[in-house]
Amino acid sequence: MTDRCPECEGAVQFPQPARLSEIIECPDCRSELEVVELDPVRLALAPEVEEDWGE
Amino acid sequence: MSTPLLALVASRVRFEEKQLLDELDRRGIPHQQVDARSFSMELSAAEPARLPYRVALIREISQTRSYYAARLLEQAGVRTVNPSAVIEACGDKLRTSLLLTRAGVRTPRTAVALAPEGALAAMRRIGYPVVLKPLSGSWGRLVAVARDEETATALLEHRSALPAPQQHVIYIQQLIDSPGRDIRVIMVSGEPAGAIYRRATAGWRANIALGARPEPCPLTPGLAAACRDAARAVSGGSPDGTVLGVDLIEDLSGVPHVLEVNHNVEFRGFTTVHASPRVAEVIVAEAQRILGGAPCAP
Repeated sequence: MTDRCPECEGAVQFPQPARLSEIIECPDCRSELEVVELDPVRLALAPEVEEDWGE
Repeated sequence: MSTPLLALVASRVRFEEKQLLDELDRRGIPHQQVDARSFSMELSAAEPARLPYRVALIREISQTRSYYAARLLEQAGVRTVNPSAVIEACGDKLRTSLLLTRAGVRTPRTAVALAPEGALAAMRRIGYPVVLKPLSGSWGRLVAVARDEETATALLEHRSALPAPQQHVIYIQQLIDSPGRDIRVIMVSGEPAGAIYRRATAGWRANIALGARPEPCPLTPGLAAACRDAARAVSGGSPDGTVLGVDLIEDLSGVPHVLEVNHNVEFRGFTTVHASPRVAEVIVAEAQRILGGAPCAP
């Protein structure tokens, strides 16, 4: 299954089943994309890393 | 009575969260994925919040949200893995060090200065080289080594210029002379599930997020004992129902020193070098055990 990258319009394949909030990298522009809707899958630019993110 | 649900709290589903969700599916455990960004809860003494969850796996990537999510869920009677007290203890390096030190866990020599002005004296006492770390944060971010006073002074000037007051508290640690790697041990309910070496490939920091290479590491009795002590220390003596990643460094004699304890442990590196145990299976099995037990007191 594919969608278009919201940044570069490149084709992005996502795994099945996709998960909400899953992070996928655009193979063309390397943007991090987030699965924001399922059925059908819709991708948006993932949030930038914040200072308090981590393990 | 409806079936008790398990909540997996995460706003970013990475390799680890996908593995956990797949394992929950595989075991047929009723669960919901809860995005911490859209979660809210009303606080009322008259009408305490009623949530459909009995257990929540807190896998939120934001330290702030993970701590408050756990606090809120606990208020509603949900057993959280990890508990908010453990998240709080692990999310601040000073708090972690205080607990480790009090419990007699071996750590690198550590000092804290409450303002940059007091840090140089502390560094001189410890002796260069020293490592400067932010109190919170992860993945090696803003961690720097000062090999002499000139570098230390420059680093302190940079820290002074940062706007957050917390960044002006300077956490200083002796740089342990080591074989160029550190150790990550995954602990589930206070017992080690396995260990990896993290070998630095660029520079001296051995974070997987910075490109360190995972390698198999034998779980020696000494390593296991240090990690059990660390897990007990950050969990108030009760590591049951905790999932932790203990980071250690061996000195040139092979003696392990605990560097930090992570409450939202990443295990992708572990998975690439160990076919067994599967960390997601171990964590979900533990969550399933807790799900079958009694909920915590609100």
